[in-house]
Amino acid sequence: MADQNHETIDFVVSHGRPTTRTPLISMRGITKAFPGVLANDHIDLDVYGSEVHALLGENGAGKSTLMKILYGFYRADAGQILLNGEPVSIRSPHDARAVRIGMLFQEYTLIPAFSVAENIALFLQDLKAVLNIKEICQRIHVLSERYNLQVNPQAPVSQLSIGEQQKVEILKLMLSNARILILDEPTRVLAPHEVEALFRVLDNLRQDGYAIVLITHKMKEVLECADRITVLRGGRVAGSLLRSAASEDTLVALMFEKGLAGLQVSRKPAADESVPPLLELRGVETRGEGAETSLKALDLTVYPGEIVGVAGVSGNGQKELGDVVLGLVRCIRGTKFLFGKDTTNRSIQAVRKSGVAFIPENPLTMATAPFMTVLENMALTNAWRYARLGGLALDWQAVKTDTEDTLSKLGFSFSLYVPARSLSGGNLQRMVIVREMTHHPHLIIASYLTRGLDVQSTIAARQALLQARQSGAGVLLVSEDLEELFTLSDRLIVLYGGKVVGTFKPEEANIYEVGHLMTGSEVHHVAHN
Amino acid sequence: MSLLSILGVISSAIFSGTSLLYTTLGEILDERAGIVNLGLEGVLLVSAAAGFGVTSQTGNPYMGMLAAMLAGGSMNLLFGFLVITRRANQLASGLAVMFFGFGLSALIGKPYVGALINGLPRFMLPGLASIPALNTSQFKFDLLIYLVVPMAMLIWWLLFRTRWGLSLRAVGENANTAFAAGRNPRRVQYQALFFGGLLAGLGAAHLSIAWTMTWAEFMTAGRGFIAVALVIFSKWHPARAIAGALLFGGAVAFQLLLQASGIAISPFLLDTLPYVVTLLVLIAWGGTRKYAAPASLGRVYQGTEQ
Amino acid sequence: MSHTTDTPTRTSLPGLNTLLVVVRYLIIFLVAFGLFGVILLIAGKDPVLAIQDTLSSTLGSAYGFSEVIVKMIPLLFTAIAVALPSRVGLINVGAEGQLYMGAWLATWGALTFAPLPSWILLPLMMVLGMIGGGLWALVPAFLRARGWVNETITTLLMNYVAPSVVTFFIYGPWRSPFNSLYPQTVDFVPAARLPTFFGTRVHLGLILAIVLAVLYWFAMKYTRWGLEMRAIGGNPQAARRNGIPLTLYIVAVMCLGGAIAGLAGTSEISGIHGRLRPGFSPGFGYMGFLISWLSGGNPIGILVMSFVVALISSGGDILQIKQGLPFAVVNLLLAITLFVVLARPALLVKGKKA
Repeated sequence: MADQNHETIDFVVSHGRPTTRTPLISMRGITKAFPGVLANDHIDLDVYGSEVHALLGENGAGKSTLMKILYGFYRADAGQILLNGEPVSIRSPHDARAVRIGMLFQEYTLIPAFSVAENIALFLQDLKAVLNIKEICQRIHVLSERYNLQVNPQAPVSQLSIGEQQKVEILKLMLSNARILILDEPTRVLAPHEVEALFRVLDNLRQDGYAIVLITHKMKEVLECADRITVLRGGRVAGSLLRSAASEDTLVALMFEKGLAGLQVSRKPAADESVPPLLELRGVETRGEGAETSLKALDLTVYPGEIVGVAGVSGNGQKELGDVVLGLVRCIRGTKFLFGKDTTNRSIQAVRKSGVAFIPENPLTMATAPFMTVLENMALTNAWRYARLGGLALDWQAVKTDTEDTLSKLGFSFSLYVPARSLSGGNLQRMVIVREMTHHPHLIIASYLTRGLDVQSTIAARQALLQARQSGAGVLLVSEDLEELFTLSDRLIVLYGGKVVGTFKPEEANIYEVGHLMTGSEVHHVAHN
Repeated sequence: MSLLSILGVISSAIFSGTSLLYTTLGEILDERAGIVNLGLEGVLLVSAAAGFGVTSQTGNPYMGMLAAMLAGGSMNLLFGFLVITRRANQLASGLAVMFFGFGLSALIGKPYVGALINGLPRFMLPGLASIPALNTSQFKFDLLIYLVVPMAMLIWWLLFRTRWGLSLRAVGENANTAFAAGRNPRRVQYQALFFGGLLAGLGAAHLSIAWTMTWAEFMTAGRGFIAVALVIFSKWHPARAIAGALLFGGAVAFQLLLQASGIAISPFLLDTLPYVVTLLVLIAWGGTRKYAAPASLGRVYQGTEQ
Repeated sequence: MSHTTDTPTRTSLPGLNTLLVVVRYLIIFLVAFGLFGVILLIAGKDPVLAIQDTLSSTLGSAYGFSEVIVKMIPLLFTAIAVALPSRVGLINVGAEGQLYMGAWLATWGALTFAPLPSWILLPLMMVLGMIGGGLWALVPAFLRARGWVNETITTLLMNYVAPSVVTFFIYGPWRSPFNSLYPQTVDFVPAARLPTFFGTRVHLGLILAIVLAVLYWFAMKYTRWGLEMRAIGGNPQAARRNGIPLTLYIVAVMCLGGAIAGLAGTSEISGIHGRLRPGFSPGFGYMGFLISWLSGGNPIGILVMSFVVALISSGGDILQIKQGLPFAVVNLLLAITLFVVLARPALLVKGKKA
């Protein structure tokens, strides 16, 4: 029974050094465009059996899109996929599973109330009408022994740790007959020892002929377990090389554009550190749920008149950072000071009233009431300001005036009387920026400020931040755009795994150092003051 | 408090609880697939009226039973059309079905108010007759009563030991995951509703044909809602539903026992017992967050747009 | 789940909007009545005659019309009691229980403070009715605000506790020694009775209900609280992030809904019955839920729908007398109407959220 997962595959096994043989999967000329962005641009990729192939790149480089095309979630606009040299059509995950491709997503598709065995049974191709739980447990047991994926088949999934759940997901893939495994950022939520365990599993799988594609942005892991590495950047293949030819520096050079060394960084007035900081986080720790990253012993300060840039691949705690400052997420440990006062765990309303503005990463879900008009949305965070007669009426004229003031200052324009959900993504972002900037906030937390904006609006939004800084406000700017961070920040920190792993001044920073830290390799760095 | 009166209480509880148990089992199937049927009261009424009417017309209680089952299945399918195919809100749809059932049952049942029928015959299990203490007419039960506990076990087996049950539970937990595993959530939900409706029909049949052998408007007196409460109380598990049905069904009989022993608690306050208990249980669990409900209960499956 | 939010958008053709709404409702009712007529035919009754009889006895005479209004009063209250919480996404199915508890507490007031003059006693009863209903909604509100139990289930369960509690008091401590045929409380003193108009049974509760409807409309459209409530109903996550205190609103609005339902019960026993009887509500709370749903929580829609449902209810009385149909068939028509709306045939889809 167990052997049906290990049918003979035609290839030559030579540890980590496949030579001349046909790739199991070949992707040729894959192109995929979404509105406003070319996610994959004529990408070629070869996946061999008995090999761990790492797909490396920053967020937005196109790795996830490419693999979702392979798994049938998306259809490529152009290009083809070959299985063992023959063209194959994959239009849905069903088709992908039919050719034995399996994908492990970042969000697990396990049913918490079911046991491990039931979860796996659900996906078995040959499940009998009357369940034989014992037999299924036996199959699980055999596989888990062989590949070091030990887990109790009778245990309810809700009681398993994230690492154990991942084991179940892998077993599920294998028992539903996959031989090509795509893992999307599998180590993001794992503890270091769990990462080690995973690499051992991958090694075992590889030796038994499985082809593994590992999507990741973490350098160290790539260097530790990959046989072949393909680096994507901006939707294109920046380079593809064998492990033997790769090193940290070569990979970083491929991942990040070299041109950044010549960034123009304007002189900024030094931040006033004699006054109390606007924001101070001391040893803040949060507890992430499920796949969220928790913050660990985070220290951070923002002084008046400075822009602090937060660099890092998204998913390393950026969202939690913003949420902690907002007051949405509780600090399990540590303290949060706003304007010198201890506001740890105070209400969101209190935080906002004290003069903190938030531009969140997803304006539609996080900041907008979609069915209300734009004008009404403008009043939402400041209802107390515009309320008259104790709340019986609202001064819409004042809302309109204030909004139009900011609109002209920023050079944006959109209709005030349409329902907010009818705005485009870019306009929604603009709407939120206008609302948050209107009342001269003292502290601005901006996440991915210019995502989805055109060139002009980008310039205007950045200008607005600089203006705010000029008038003494402080800014915490989270961004994936290193160019933006380098241009705007007075100080730059790098967030990785929920911790601050480095602090720089942009003019003294080396793009490679930042890149290293963003991808988790520890570079010894001395912070200059 | 003689043995006879205790037996009387138990007998009463069994009679009362049987229809409750069938209905609860049906609702467990529905809710395990993710659908809450607040219109169960209406479904029961229509089934009871239909079953009674057919029995009265044909003189055959088994035909009546069949009619009741089919009526229940049909009502649930109507409900299914709204919540599965039209993707309407389950709660509003349930209440609409409740209203519909109120009206339709009154219409169907009107000609039969006060009619007399041959109910399901009652008999004693051969083994029991040999125990002299239990050899009373109070322990003569009908076929449906004898079948109800085996039915509960059958439902348990279906839910937890068959592929169909696994699919059903998966749909109720996370329809998208079930879909990813190659199941058709809509079809599964329709099936669950139909079988749940058949069971509700059996419950209603027992009420009007086997136990009371009458028809009156609104005769189910809130049993549909008690069943929904009972599903929660039994944590969506068929075995626990047995105990709950006995408990809730026996409340009235219990009150008589209390009266006989000289303790007078108002029957009205006792009427609230099932609901108060369920509320307390809900509150107690709420704090520990170990809510055993199917994760997608009440959520409308939107399907995947490819 | 929330109903369509009432956005004060400035569309270029406000008249067109209203026209579309009217047409939509017309179609809904035509289809519903049609289906109902078919069922009547199957049952061997005459649907055309039924409609004729209904219309002539309700709209054909002043008294008949006033009786429709009488039926409409409690429906207005309960519909608002459901519509208000729906604005923040809460589903209040508990109006039935809340109105009983409001009536209960108001009865206590009427019996305990009987010597007081009318201008004190009546407002006192109203307040007590609001407190009774509001408190009954507090438990579900709290449980929902904490995220422990869905308010739909809790309010529904409590619907079954309330009437029994009331009946207990009627059969027990408050039982009238007179009138041994029906169990009920003693008659209320005249000071505890809402005044009626023009020799009909229409009582002051009507004014109260209409005032409430106006307040509801005003609050949602113009006040700060209405704005924040609509924000919660539209996107609770964003509302929380924007600093709106979610928990506070959930509890307050739910209890307010309960209070309004309590008024329904109070006005009914004070204006119509003059005493507390068991089972005095033929499902006002559920009908209010239906009305609120059908009208999408819109105040004008509620006024119109309450009238229509009251009309249908009167029709049920007529059908019972003249064609020998059980009154309960009225529920059929109400249900079919709701079916038609829920099934959302394509031409009726107009921005309703699931």
